[in-house]
Amino acid sequence: MAMATTETSRDAARWQDFLQLLKPRVMSLVVFTALTGLVCAPVAVNPILGAVAILCIAVGAGASGALNMWYDADIDAKMRRTRGRPVPSGKVQGADALTLGVVLSLFSVMLMGMALNWLAAGLLAFTILFYAVVYTMWLKRWTAQNIVIGGLAGALPPVIGWAAASGDAPLNAWLLCAIIFMWTPPHFWALSLYTSEDYAKAGVPMMPVVKGASSTRTQILVYSLLLVPVCIAPSFTGLGGPAYLSVSALGGLVFLLLAWRLFRSRAGDAADPRRTAQSPGGLYDVRAGARDARNLFAFSILYLALLFATLLAEHLMGVAPLELFA
Amino acid sequence: MSDPKREDEAAARARRGRNIAIAVGLVAFAVIVYVVTIVRLGANVADRF
Repeated sequence: MAMATTETSRDAARWQDFLQLLKPRVMSLVVFTALTGLVCAPVAVNPILGAVAILCIAVGAGASGALNMWYDADIDAKMRRTRGRPVPSGKVQGADALTLGVVLSLFSVMLMGMALNWLAAGLLAFTILFYAVVYTMWLKRWTAQNIVIGGLAGALPPVIGWAAASGDAPLNAWLLCAIIFMWTPPHFWALSLYTSEDYAKAGVPMMPVVKGASSTRTQILVYSLLLVPVCIAPSFTGLGGPAYLSVSALGGLVFLLLAWRLFRSRAGDAADPRRTAQSPGGLYDVRAGARDARNLFAFSILYLALLFATLLAEHLMGVAPLELFA
Repeated sequence: MSDPKREDEAAARARRGRNIAIAVGLVAFAVIVYVVTIVRLGANVADRF
């Protein structure tokens, strides 16, 4: 009887449920940053091969998302934000998510290697393994530095895009990686300041759960101070033009202002009585005390999007980089 | 109690949708490999002359 029930639920999984396993929203961010890396590379790539490279990176990112959802089903079931995902909600079986993740990983890496080059394929394979094994299976459940170190997986797509176009990964490609890497801690910690109850319930050692809100706010400020110079740096290395310098500097000032306000606030200090199981609220729907965390979280998304969009636009329009130190 | 007949119909619809998605994915993969082969062959042939 149990077998029959299992078979029925397995049969009822729709293709849209499997698509959800690939985390389409994360995938779109990965595509955007990888495309920027591909376009910024100083080598003209065949448009068809460029599109195949971006497809491989997107599918690889989706595969690592499926592997993450397979392994983290127990955690996801305990958190409001993730309990509706296909595996914890019972729409898709864990084994099917694992199979999809492994198959898509192999397809994306092999196609990248055959169509573009094996450096890009190797970097893609490393990214998938790093996210699925190092971050998901190890860091996430073990250390409060989980998203700091694990952020490397999310930071690598522009390097893969660059490598796919040019066959190498010079300093400027790693500078794009460094921007996302340094951006990740303030971005996620700002979010976790007003969702820390969820992480605590699931036993995930996010920074506010382990070190407390005050320490988290301090670390957000420190990482923000490190982030802004890294974001401005491409203007000095022959990568960014005048528009990029303006956006990175002005946006950086706003970022620092919001990080300072958050540092001075009491965001995350107390549990939010409004966020109950009956009325969980959205990512941007927070109580007044946590508004500073919400503001930094929202602006961090805009800042990263603007940085990469400006770089992309400058390179597509042929704007000469500043090369202030070159 | 849910209706077993309705559940079977839903499962059949879901299975058909999955089968079509897999078919589309495999055909797309075959087309991509073919196009990539042509593009890379063309570039290599052009390099010889």
